[in-house]
Amino acid sequence: RRQDVLTVTPWLAPIIWEGTFNSEILDSAYRPLNLTVGVTAFAIGKYTRFVGRFLESAEKHFMKGYRVNYYIFTDNPETIPDVQLQPGRRFVIVPIKKYPSWQEISMRRMEAINKHIAETSHQEVDYLFCLDIDMVFYNAWGPETLGDIVAAIHPGYFNVPRSQFPYERRSSSAAYIPDGEGDFYYGGAVFGGLVKKVYEFTKTCHMTILTDKANGIMAAWQEESHLNRHFLSHKPSKVLSPEYLWDDRKPKPPEIHLIRFSTVDKNYKEVRD
Amino acid sequence: RQDVLVLTPWLAPIVWEGTFNRDILNAQYMQKNLVTGVVTFAVKKYWFFIEGFMSSSNKYFLAGHQVNFYLFTDNPEQISHLQMAPENRLFVIHVQNHSRWQDISMSRMDIISRYIRSQFQYEVDYLYSIDIDVQLFEHIGVEIIDTLVGTISSWQYTTRRESKSYETRTESQAAIPKGEGDFYYTASFYGGSVAEVYKLTKACFKGVMEDRENGIEARWHDESHLNKYLLYHKPTRLLSPEYYWDEEL
Repeated sequence: RRQDVLTVTPWLAPIIWEGTFNSEILDSAYRPLNLTVGVTAFAIGKYTRFVGRFLESAEKHFMKGYRVNYYIFTDNPETIPDVQLQPGRRFVIVPIKKYPSWQEISMRRMEAINKHIAETSHQEVDYLFCLDIDMVFYNAWGPETLGDIVAAIHPGYFNVPRSQFPYERRSSSAAYIPDGEGDFYYGGAVFGGLVKKVYEFTKTCHMTILTDKANGIMAAWQEESHLNRHFLSHKPSKVLSPEYLWDDRKPKPPEIHLIRFSTVDKNYKEVRD
Repeated sequence: RQDVLVLTPWLAPIVWEGTFNRDILNAQYMQKNLVTGVVTFAVKKYWFFIEGFMSSSNKYFLAGHQVNFYLFTDNPEQISHLQMAPENRLFVIHVQNHSRWQDISMSRMDIISRYIRSQFQYEVDYLYSIDIDVQLFEHIGVEIIDTLVGTISSWQYTTRRESKSYETRTESQAAIPKGEGDFYYTASFYGGSVAEVYKLTKACFKGVMEDRENGIEARWHDESHLNKYLLYHKPTRLLSPEYYWDEEL
Protein backbone atom coordinates (compact mmCIF):
# COMPACT_ATOMS: atom_id res chain seq x y z
CA ARG A 1 0.00 0.00 0.00
CA ARG A 2 1.44 3.38 -0.99
CA GLN A 3 0.20 6.59 0.56
CA ASP A 4 3.05 8.81 -0.59
CA VAL A 5 2.14 8.70 -4.27
CA LEU A 6 -0.95 8.81 -6.48
CA THR A 7 -1.95 5.24 -7.30
CA VAL A 8 -5.10 5.82 -9.34
CA THR A 9 -5.66 8.46 -12.00
CA PRO A 10 -8.85 10.60 -12.01
CA TRP A 11 -10.16 8.33 -14.76
CA LEU A 12 -9.60 5.31 -12.51
CA ALA A 13 -6.57 3.87 -14.28
CA PRO A 14 -4.10 2.28 -11.85
CA ILE A 15 -0.64 3.86 -11.56
CA ILE A 16 1.82 1.04 -11.00
CA TRP A 17 4.28 1.48 -8.13
CA GLU A 18 6.07 -1.11 -6.04
CA GLY A 19 3.80 -1.87 -3.10
CA THR A 20 0.53 -1.39 -4.95
CA PHE A 21 0.22 -4.90 -6.31
CA ASN A 22 0.63 -8.54 -5.41
CA SER A 23 2.57 -10.40 -8.10
CA GLU A 24 1.27 -13.80 -7.06
CA ILE A 25 -2.37 -12.83 -7.50
CA LEU A 26 -1.63 -11.25 -10.86
CA ASP A 27 0.39 -14.22 -12.07
CA SER A 28 -2.38 -16.61 -11.05
CA ALA A 29 -4.80 -14.55 -13.14
CA TYR A 30 -2.57 -14.05 -16.18
CA ARG A 31 -0.49 -17.23 -16.51
CA PRO A 32 -3.43 -19.50 -17.38
CA LEU A 33 -4.30 -17.21 -20.29
CA ASN A 34 -1.23 -18.43 -22.21
CA LEU A 35 -0.36 -15.00 -23.44
CA THR A 36 2.43 -13.95 -25.70
CA VAL A 37 3.95 -10.56 -25.03
CA GLY A 38 5.81 -8.78 -27.82
CA VAL A 39 8.54 -6.20 -27.46
CA THR A 40 9.63 -3.84 -30.23
CA ALA A 41 12.96 -2.07 -30.02
CA PHE A 42 14.82 -0.09 -32.64
CA ALA A 43 18.56 -0.57 -33.04
CA ILE A 44 19.61 1.73 -35.88
CA GLY A 45 23.17 2.70 -36.76
CA LYS A 46 25.36 2.74 -33.68
CA TYR A 47 22.41 1.82 -31.42
CA THR A 48 22.99 -1.85 -32.24
CA ARG A 49 25.66 -1.82 -29.53
CA PHE A 50 22.88 -1.73 -26.91
CA VAL A 51 21.07 -4.85 -28.08
CA GLY A 52 23.13 -7.39 -26.13
CA ARG A 53 22.65 -5.84 -22.72
CA PHE A 54 18.99 -5.03 -23.41
CA LEU A 55 18.20 -8.65 -24.27
CA GLU A 56 20.29 -10.22 -21.53
CA SER A 57 18.66 -8.06 -18.88
CA ALA A 58 15.21 -8.66 -20.40
CA GLU A 59 15.79 -12.37 -20.14
CA LYS A 60 16.40 -11.96 -16.43
CA HIS A 61 13.58 -9.53 -15.61
CA PHE A 62 10.98 -9.02 -18.34
CA MET A 63 7.74 -11.03 -18.10
CA LYS A 64 9.40 -14.08 -16.59
CA GLY A 65 7.40 -17.21 -17.14
CA TYR A 66 5.51 -15.81 -20.11
CA ARG A 67 6.01 -16.29 -23.83
CA VAL A 68 7.92 -13.34 -25.24
CA ASN A 69 8.74 -12.30 -28.81
CA TYR A 70 11.46 -9.68 -29.23
CA TYR A 71 11.20 -7.75 -32.49
CA ILE A 72 14.48 -5.91 -33.09
CA PHE A 73 14.14 -3.39 -35.90
CA THR A 74 17.53 -2.65 -37.46
CA ASP A 75 19.27 -1.39 -40.58
CA ASN A 76 22.25 -3.58 -39.73
CA PRO A 77 21.23 -7.19 -39.04
CA GLU A 78 24.82 -8.52 -39.09
CA THR A 79 25.81 -6.50 -36.05
CA ILE A 80 23.04 -7.89 -33.85
CA PRO A 81 24.61 -10.27 -31.32
CA ASP A 82 23.31 -13.76 -30.76
CA VAL A 83 21.74 -13.86 -27.32
CA GLN A 84 20.76 -17.04 -25.51
CA LEU A 85 17.05 -17.00 -24.72
CA GLN A 86 14.93 -18.90 -22.17
CA PRO A 87 12.43 -21.46 -23.53
CA GLY A 88 9.21 -19.92 -24.84
CA ARG A 89 11.01 -16.77 -25.90
CA ARG A 90 11.88 -15.82 -29.48
CA PHE A 91 13.97 -13.21 -31.19
CA VAL A 92 13.13 -11.79 -34.62
CA ILE A 93 15.12 -9.29 -36.66
CA VAL A 94 13.02 -6.82 -38.63
CA PRO A 95 15.11 -5.08 -41.30
CA ILE A 96 14.27 -1.41 -41.85
CA LYS A 97 15.79 1.51 -43.58
CA LYS A 98 17.91 4.13 -41.84
CA TYR A 99 16.77 7.73 -42.11
CA PRO A 100 19.30 10.60 -42.30
CA SER A 101 18.64 12.27 -38.93
CA TRP A 102 18.12 10.76 -35.46
CA GLN A 103 14.90 12.75 -35.08
CA GLU A 104 13.50 11.25 -38.25
CA ILE A 105 14.60 7.77 -37.18
CA SER A 106 12.82 8.28 -33.87
CA MET A 107 9.59 9.54 -35.42
CA ARG A 108 9.41 6.83 -38.08
CA ARG A 109 9.14 4.24 -35.32
CA MET A 110 5.37 4.77 -35.13
CA GLU A 111 4.96 3.94 -38.79
CA ALA A 112 7.28 0.95 -38.61
CA ILE A 113 5.56 -0.51 -35.54
CA ASN A 114 2.14 0.02 -37.08
CA LYS A 115 3.15 -1.63 -40.35
CA HIS A 116 4.76 -4.55 -38.57
CA ILE A 117 1.67 -5.16 -36.43
CA ALA A 118 -0.50 -5.24 -39.54
CA GLU A 119 1.84 -7.58 -41.41
CA THR A 120 3.11 -9.84 -38.69
CA SER A 121 2.85 -9.31 -34.96
CA HIS A 122 -0.96 -9.06 -34.66
CA GLN A 123 -1.03 -12.79 -35.28
CA GLU A 124 1.81 -13.56 -32.92
CA VAL A 125 1.27 -11.56 -29.75
CA ASP A 126 -1.56 -10.52 -27.44
CA TYR A 127 0.18 -7.55 -25.87
CA LEU A 128 2.94 -5.41 -27.33
CA PHE A 129 5.40 -3.09 -25.61
CA CYS A 130 7.44 -0.58 -27.56
CA LEU A 131 10.67 0.15 -25.74
CA ASP A 132 13.81 2.11 -26.37
CA ILE A 133 16.87 -0.09 -26.91
CA ASP A 134 19.42 1.99 -25.04
CA MET A 135 18.03 0.76 -21.73
CA VAL A 136 18.58 -2.05 -19.26
CA PHE A 137 16.23 -4.02 -17.00
CA TYR A 138 17.31 -4.10 -13.37
CA ASN A 139 14.23 -5.48 -11.65
CA ALA A 140 11.04 -7.38 -12.41
CA TRP A 141 8.68 -6.17 -15.10
CA GLY A 142 5.63 -8.43 -14.91
CA PRO A 143 1.92 -8.78 -15.65
CA GLU A 144 1.14 -5.75 -13.49
CA THR A 145 2.06 -3.81 -16.63
CA LEU A 146 -0.49 -5.48 -18.90
CA GLY A 147 -3.46 -3.41 -19.96
CA ASP A 148 -5.43 -2.18 -22.94
CA ILE A 149 -3.43 1.03 -23.39
CA VAL A 150 -0.30 1.49 -21.27
CA ALA A 151 1.83 4.60 -20.92
CA ALA A 152 4.73 5.43 -18.58
CA ILE A 153 5.45 8.62 -16.65
CA HIS A 154 8.64 10.31 -17.78
CA PRO A 155 11.23 10.28 -14.95
CA GLY A 156 12.15 13.91 -15.40
CA TYR A 157 8.63 15.23 -14.90
CA PHE A 158 6.75 13.12 -12.36
CA ASN A 159 7.30 15.57 -9.53
CA VAL A 160 7.03 18.76 -11.45
CA PRO A 161 4.02 21.08 -11.97
CA ARG A 162 2.10 20.68 -15.21
CA SER A 163 3.12 24.10 -16.49
CA GLN A 164 6.66 22.79 -16.76
CA PHE A 165 5.80 19.73 -18.87
CA PRO A 166 7.67 20.01 -22.20
CA TYR A 167 4.52 19.56 -24.28
CA GLU A 168 4.56 21.02 -27.79
CA ARG A 169 3.32 24.59 -27.22
CA ARG A 170 3.06 25.88 -30.79
CA SER A 171 -0.55 25.79 -31.93
CA SER A 172 0.50 25.10 -35.50
CA SER A 173 1.62 21.61 -34.51
CA ALA A 174 -0.78 18.67 -34.39
CA ALA A 175 0.85 17.76 -31.07
CA TYR A 176 -0.13 21.08 -29.46
CA ILE A 177 -1.29 21.01 -25.86
CA PRO A 178 -2.41 24.40 -24.50
CA ASP A 179 -1.38 25.75 -21.10
CA GLY A 180 -3.47 24.42 -18.27
CA GLU A 181 -4.14 21.11 -19.98
CA GLY A 182 -2.49 17.76 -19.55
CA ASP A 183 -2.57 14.88 -17.07
CA PHE A 184 1.02 13.60 -17.02
CA TYR A 185 4.14 13.88 -19.13
CA TYR A 186 4.52 10.43 -20.63
CA GLY A 187 7.86 9.13 -21.88
CA GLY A 188 8.24 8.01 -25.48
CA ALA A 189 10.64 5.24 -24.46
CA VAL A 190 7.89 3.01 -23.05
CA PHE A 191 4.36 2.46 -24.28
CA GLY A 192 2.20 -0.52 -25.13
CA GLY A 193 -1.01 -2.42 -24.61
CA LEU A 194 -3.21 -4.84 -26.48
CA VAL A 195 -1.75 -5.29 -29.94
CA LYS A 196 -4.95 -3.96 -31.51
CA LYS A 197 -4.81 -0.79 -29.41
CA VAL A 198 -1.13 -0.23 -30.15
CA TYR A 199 -1.96 -0.57 -33.85
CA GLU A 200 -4.61 2.13 -33.50
CA PHE A 201 -2.60 4.68 -31.62
CA THR A 202 0.64 4.22 -33.58
CA LYS A 203 -1.42 4.89 -36.69
CA THR A 204 -2.90 8.05 -35.21
CA CYS A 205 0.48 9.31 -34.01
CA HIS A 206 2.07 8.60 -37.37
CA MET A 207 -0.70 10.60 -39.05
CA THR A 208 -0.19 13.60 -36.78
CA ILE A 209 3.56 13.36 -37.35
CA LEU A 210 3.02 13.42 -41.12
CA THR A 211 0.61 16.33 -40.76
CA ASP A 212 3.31 18.33 -38.98
CA LYS A 213 5.81 17.37 -41.66
CA ALA A 214 3.47 18.67 -44.36
CA ASN A 215 3.21 21.91 -42.41
CA GLY A 216 7.00 22.18 -42.10
CA ILE A 217 7.10 21.79 -38.32
CA MET A 218 8.71 19.23 -36.03
CA ALA A 219 7.36 18.78 -32.51
CA ALA A 220 9.58 19.68 -29.54
CA TRP A 221 10.27 16.08 -28.52
CA GLN A 222 9.41 14.32 -31.74
CA GLU A 223 7.05 11.37 -31.40
CA GLU A 224 7.00 11.79 -27.62
CA SER A 225 5.11 15.06 -28.11
CA HIS A 226 2.62 13.34 -30.40
CA LEU A 227 2.20 10.50 -27.93
CA ASN A 228 1.46 12.98 -25.15
CA ARG A 229 -1.12 14.73 -27.31
CA HIS A 230 -2.76 11.41 -28.10
CA PHE A 231 -2.84 10.17 -24.52
CA LEU A 232 -4.43 13.42 -23.38
CA SER A 233 -7.50 12.82 -25.55
CA HIS A 234 -7.42 9.02 -25.34
CA LYS A 235 -6.41 8.28 -21.81
CA PRO A 236 -4.31 5.22 -21.02
CA SER A 237 -6.04 2.45 -19.10
CA LYS A 238 -2.90 1.85 -17.06
CA VAL A 239 -0.02 4.17 -16.19
CA LEU A 240 3.45 2.94 -15.22
CA SER A 241 5.35 4.91 -12.61
CA PRO A 242 8.89 6.08 -13.42
CA GLU A 243 10.16 2.79 -11.91
CA TYR A 244 9.45 1.48 -15.41
CA LEU A 245 11.25 4.27 -17.22
CA TRP A 246 14.10 5.64 -15.21
CA ASP A 247 17.12 7.74 -16.05
CA ASP A 248 20.25 6.63 -14.23
CA ARG A 249 21.71 10.09 -14.40
CA LYS A 250 19.05 11.24 -11.93
CA PRO A 251 19.43 10.81 -8.17
CA LYS A 252 16.87 8.37 -6.81
CA PRO A 253 14.06 10.21 -4.93
CA PRO A 254 12.23 8.62 -1.94
CA GLU A 255 9.15 7.79 -4.04
CA ILE A 256 11.16 5.45 -6.25
CA HIS A 257 11.57 2.25 -4.28
CA LEU A 258 12.68 0.12 -7.16
CA ILE A 259 14.24 0.86 -10.52
CA ARG A 260 13.09 -1.67 -13.08
CA PHE A 261 14.08 -0.26 -16.46
CA SER A 262 16.60 2.52 -16.97
CA THR A 263 18.73 4.32 -19.51
CA VAL A 264 22.27 3.33 -20.30
CA ASP A 265 24.63 6.20 -19.77
CA LYS A 266 25.98 7.24 -23.13
CA ASN A 267 27.52 10.03 -25.13
CA TYR A 268 24.47 11.29 -27.04
CA LYS A 269 26.47 13.23 -29.57
CA GLU A 270 28.66 10.29 -30.47
CA VAL A 271 26.00 7.64 -30.73
CA ARG A 272 23.52 9.73 -32.72
CA ASP A 273 26.04 10.61 -35.37
CA ARG B 1 -8.02 10.02 -0.67
CA GLN B 2 -5.30 8.84 1.62
CA ASP B 3 -7.53 7.52 4.35
CA VAL B 4 -8.82 4.52 2.41
CA LEU B 5 -7.58 1.81 0.12
CA VAL B 6 -8.09 2.94 -3.48
CA LEU B 7 -6.48 0.04 -5.32
CA THR B 8 -6.71 -3.69 -4.69
CA PRO B 9 -3.57 -5.89 -4.75
CA TRP B 10 -4.65 -7.05 -8.20
CA LEU B 11 -4.84 -3.44 -9.40
CA ALA B 12 -8.60 -2.99 -9.50
CA PRO B 13 -9.54 0.58 -8.53
CA ILE B 14 -11.79 0.94 -5.47
CA VAL B 15 -14.19 3.77 -6.20
CA TRP B 16 -14.57 6.32 -3.42
CA GLU B 17 -15.77 9.91 -3.67
CA GLY B 18 -12.70 11.98 -4.38
CA THR B 19 -10.84 9.37 -6.40
CA PHE B 20 -12.34 10.15 -9.78
CA ASN B 21 -13.38 12.91 -12.14
CA ARG B 22 -16.82 12.16 -13.47
CA ASP B 23 -16.47 14.58 -16.42
CA ILE B 24 -13.52 12.68 -17.84
CA LEU B 25 -15.32 9.39 -17.32
CA ASN B 26 -18.52 10.69 -18.91
CA ALA B 27 -16.58 11.78 -21.98
CA GLN B 28 -15.03 8.31 -22.30
CA TYR B 29 -18.40 6.58 -21.80
CA MET B 30 -20.16 8.71 -24.39
CA GLN B 31 -17.43 8.11 -26.97
CA LYS B 32 -18.27 4.44 -26.87
CA ASN B 33 -22.08 4.74 -27.22
CA LEU B 34 -22.85 2.32 -24.44
CA VAL B 35 -26.15 1.22 -22.96
CA THR B 36 -26.38 0.06 -19.37
CA GLY B 37 -29.14 -2.05 -17.86
CA VAL B 38 -30.37 -2.36 -14.30
CA VAL B 39 -32.09 -5.50 -13.06
CA THR B 40 -34.22 -5.29 -9.95
CA PHE B 41 -36.83 -7.47 -8.28
CA ALA B 42 -40.08 -6.41 -6.59
CA VAL B 43 -41.64 -9.62 -5.32
CA LYS B 44 -44.49 -9.86 -2.82
CA LYS B 45 -44.54 -6.88 -0.46
CA TYR B 46 -41.50 -5.37 -2.13
CA TRP B 47 -43.78 -3.68 -4.68
CA PHE B 48 -43.90 -0.97 -2.03
CA PHE B 49 -40.35 0.07 -2.90
CA ILE B 50 -40.86 0.40 -6.64
CA GLU B 51 -41.86 4.03 -6.73
CA GLY B 52 -39.02 5.21 -4.48
CA PHE B 53 -36.44 3.16 -6.34
CA MET B 54 -37.56 4.22 -9.79
CA SER B 55 -37.90 7.90 -9.01
CA SER B 56 -34.51 8.17 -7.29
CA SER B 57 -32.81 6.01 -9.95
CA ASN B 58 -34.18 8.10 -12.77
CA LYS B 59 -32.77 11.14 -11.06
CA TYR B 60 -29.42 9.82 -9.87
CA PHE B 61 -28.41 6.62 -11.65
CA LEU B 62 -26.24 7.29 -14.69
CA ALA B 63 -28.13 10.53 -15.19
CA GLY B 64 -27.96 11.73 -18.77
CA HIS B 65 -27.13 8.31 -20.19
CA GLN B 66 -29.50 5.70 -21.56
CA VAL B 67 -30.46 3.15 -18.90
CA ASN B 68 -32.78 0.19 -19.43
CA PHE B 69 -34.57 -0.77 -16.21
CA TYR B 70 -35.68 -4.39 -16.08
CA LEU B 71 -38.21 -4.68 -13.26
CA PHE B 72 -39.13 -8.24 -12.34
CA THR B 73 -42.31 -8.52 -10.32
CA ASP B 74 -44.96 -11.08 -9.38
CA ASN B 75 -47.53 -8.32 -9.25
CA PRO B 76 -47.51 -6.15 -12.39
CA GLU B 77 -50.93 -4.71 -11.52
CA GLN B 78 -49.49 -2.94 -8.50
CA ILE B 79 -47.26 -0.82 -10.68
CA SER B 80 -48.68 2.64 -11.04
CA HIS B 81 -47.52 4.90 -13.82
CA LEU B 82 -43.82 5.56 -13.35
CA GLN B 83 -42.23 8.71 -14.66
CA MET B 84 -39.07 7.82 -16.55
CA ALA B 85 -36.31 10.18 -17.64
CA PRO B 86 -36.47 10.71 -21.43
CA GLU B 87 -33.33 8.70 -22.14
CA ASN B 88 -34.38 5.70 -19.98
CA ARG B 89 -36.62 2.73 -20.70
CA LEU B 90 -38.62 0.50 -18.39
CA PHE B 91 -39.36 -3.18 -19.02
CA VAL B 92 -41.75 -4.84 -16.55
CA ILE B 93 -41.32 -8.62 -16.49
CA HIS B 94 -43.58 -11.02 -14.65
CA VAL B 95 -42.02 -13.67 -12.40
CA GLN B 96 -43.28 -16.30 -10.02
CA ASN B 97 -42.91 -15.75 -6.36
CA HIS B 98 -41.77 -18.30 -3.79
CA SER B 99 -42.92 -18.76 -0.25
CA ARG B 100 -39.50 -18.29 1.29
CA TRP B 101 -37.67 -15.00 0.76
CA GLN B 102 -34.39 -16.90 0.64
CA ASP B 103 -35.66 -18.82 -2.37
CA ILE B 104 -36.81 -15.62 -4.01
CA SER B 105 -33.38 -14.13 -3.42
CA MET B 106 -31.49 -17.12 -4.79
CA SER B 107 -33.71 -17.57 -7.84
CA ARG B 108 -32.69 -14.10 -8.96
CA MET B 109 -29.38 -15.47 -10.18
CA ASP B 110 -31.16 -17.98 -12.37
CA ILE B 111 -33.61 -15.45 -13.74
CA ILE B 112 -30.88 -12.95 -14.56
CA SER B 113 -28.74 -15.48 -16.41
CA ARG B 114 -31.69 -16.77 -18.42
CA TYR B 115 -32.83 -13.30 -19.42
CA ILE B 116 -29.30 -12.22 -20.35
CA ARG B 117 -29.17 -15.16 -22.70
CA SER B 118 -32.58 -14.59 -24.24
CA GLN B 119 -32.83 -10.81 -24.22
CA PHE B 120 -30.44 -8.54 -22.34
CA GLN B 121 -27.30 -9.43 -24.29
CA TYR B 122 -28.91 -7.84 -27.34
CA GLU B 123 -30.03 -4.72 -25.55
CA VAL B 124 -27.28 -3.62 -23.17
CA ASP B 125 -23.50 -3.61 -22.90
CA TYR B 126 -23.33 -3.48 -19.12
CA LEU B 127 -25.78 -4.83 -16.57
CA TYR B 128 -26.17 -4.19 -12.84
CA SER B 129 -28.28 -6.04 -10.34
CA ILE B 130 -29.52 -3.70 -7.61
CA ASP B 131 -31.84 -4.43 -4.70
CA ILE B 132 -35.13 -2.57 -4.98
CA ASP B 133 -35.25 -1.48 -1.37
CA VAL B 134 -32.68 1.24 -1.95
CA GLN B 135 -32.98 4.89 -2.60
CA LEU B 136 -30.27 6.89 -4.21
CA PHE B 137 -29.36 10.13 -2.49
CA GLU B 138 -26.39 11.06 -4.59
CA HIS B 139 -25.37 10.57 -8.18
CA ILE B 140 -24.11 7.15 -9.13
CA GLY B 141 -22.41 7.61 -12.45
CA VAL B 142 -20.22 5.96 -15.04
CA GLU B 143 -17.46 5.41 -12.50
CA ILE B 144 -19.25 2.12 -11.83
CA ILE B 145 -18.87 0.87 -15.40
CA ASP B 146 -16.28 -1.85 -15.83
CA THR B 147 -16.01 -5.52 -16.80
CA LEU B 148 -16.77 -7.12 -13.43
CA VAL B 149 -17.82 -4.96 -10.52
CA GLY B 150 -18.45 -5.83 -6.88
CA THR B 151 -19.48 -3.52 -4.07
CA ILE B 152 -17.75 -3.80 -0.71
CA SER B 153 -20.39 -4.46 1.88
CA SER B 154 -20.77 -1.80 4.51
CA TRP B 155 -20.83 -4.69 6.96
CA GLN B 156 -17.09 -5.00 6.40
CA TYR B 157 -16.64 -1.60 8.01
CA THR B 158 -18.67 -2.16 11.15
CA THR B 159 -17.59 -3.63 14.43
CA ARG B 160 -20.87 -5.35 15.19
CA ARG B 161 -20.33 -8.76 16.70
CA GLU B 162 -22.53 -10.65 14.32
CA SER B 163 -20.92 -9.33 11.18
CA LYS B 164 -21.63 -10.91 7.85
CA SER B 165 -19.01 -13.34 6.70
CA TYR B 166 -18.21 -16.06 4.25
CA GLU B 167 -19.73 -19.51 4.28
CA THR B 168 -17.13 -21.83 5.82
CA ARG B 169 -18.89 -25.22 5.86
CA THR B 170 -17.09 -27.26 3.24
CA GLU B 171 -20.29 -29.07 2.28
CA SER B 172 -21.53 -25.89 0.63
CA GLN B 173 -20.43 -24.85 -2.84
CA ALA B 174 -20.04 -21.33 -1.48
CA ALA B 175 -17.43 -22.36 1.09
CA ILE B 176 -14.33 -20.22 1.35
CA PRO B 177 -11.40 -21.71 3.28
CA LYS B 178 -10.60 -20.04 6.55
CA GLY B 179 -8.18 -17.16 6.24
CA GLU B 180 -8.98 -16.59 2.59
CA GLY B 181 -11.00 -13.86 1.01
CA ASP B 182 -10.27 -10.35 -0.19
CA PHE B 183 -13.40 -8.38 0.71
CA TYR B 184 -16.97 -9.08 1.74
CA TYR B 185 -19.14 -8.10 -1.23
CA THR B 186 -22.83 -7.28 -1.04
CA ALA B 187 -25.31 -9.05 -3.30
CA SER B 188 -27.38 -5.88 -3.32
CA PHE B 189 -25.29 -4.17 -5.98
CA TYR B 190 -23.05 -5.94 -8.46
CA GLY B 191 -22.62 -6.02 -12.21
CA GLY B 192 -20.34 -5.60 -15.18
CA SER B 193 -20.30 -6.48 -18.83
CA VAL B 194 -23.26 -8.54 -19.87
CA ALA B 195 -20.94 -11.49 -20.65
CA GLU B 196 -19.31 -11.43 -17.23
CA VAL B 197 -22.61 -11.04 -15.37
CA TYR B 198 -23.89 -14.03 -17.32
CA LYS B 199 -20.96 -16.15 -16.18
CA LEU B 200 -21.30 -14.96 -12.60
CA THR B 201 -25.05 -15.56 -12.28
CA LYS B 202 -24.82 -18.92 -13.98
CA ALA B 203 -22.01 -20.05 -11.67
CA CYS B 204 -23.74 -18.78 -8.55
CA PHE B 205 -27.02 -20.43 -9.38
CA LYS B 206 -25.25 -23.68 -10.13
CA GLY B 207 -23.78 -23.47 -6.62
CA VAL B 208 -27.22 -22.77 -5.16
CA MET B 209 -28.71 -25.81 -6.92
CA GLU B 210 -25.90 -28.12 -5.89
CA ASP B 211 -26.28 -27.01 -2.29
CA ARG B 212 -30.03 -27.61 -2.49
CA GLU B 213 -29.43 -31.14 -3.73
CA ASN B 214 -27.03 -31.70 -0.85
CA GLY B 215 -29.54 -30.38 1.66
CA ILE B 216 -27.56 -27.33 2.65
CA GLU B 217 -28.19 -23.63 2.30
CA ALA B 218 -25.38 -21.07 2.42
CA ARG B 219 -25.33 -18.77 5.40
CA TRP B 220 -26.04 -15.58 3.48
CA HIS B 221 -27.75 -17.27 0.55
CA ASP B 222 -26.93 -15.90 -2.89
CA GLU B 223 -24.53 -13.43 -1.31
CA SER B 224 -22.32 -16.29 -0.07
CA HIS B 225 -22.16 -17.71 -3.57
CA LEU B 226 -21.38 -14.27 -4.98
CA ASN B 227 -18.48 -13.91 -2.58
CA LYS B 228 -17.07 -17.26 -3.53
CA TYR B 229 -17.28 -16.37 -7.21
CA LEU B 230 -15.60 -13.00 -6.77
CA LEU B 231 -12.79 -14.52 -4.74
CA TYR B 232 -11.79 -16.74 -7.63
CA HIS B 233 -12.79 -14.34 -10.42
CA LYS B 234 -11.50 -11.06 -9.12
CA PRO B 235 -13.55 -7.97 -9.94
CA THR B 236 -11.92 -5.45 -12.26
CA ARG B 237 -13.37 -2.63 -10.20
CA LEU B 238 -14.74 -2.35 -6.68
CA LEU B 239 -17.28 0.12 -5.37
CA SER B 240 -16.78 1.39 -1.86
CA PRO B 241 -19.56 1.03 0.72
CA GLU B 242 -20.63 4.56 -0.28
CA TYR B 243 -22.44 2.81 -3.11
CA TYR B 244 -24.59 0.64 -0.92
CA TRP B 245 -25.02 1.36 2.74
CA ASP B 246 -27.21 -1.20 4.52
CA GLU B 247 -29.92 0.63 6.44
CA GLU B 248 -29.76 -1.98 9.17
CA LEU B 249 -26.43 -0.57 10.35
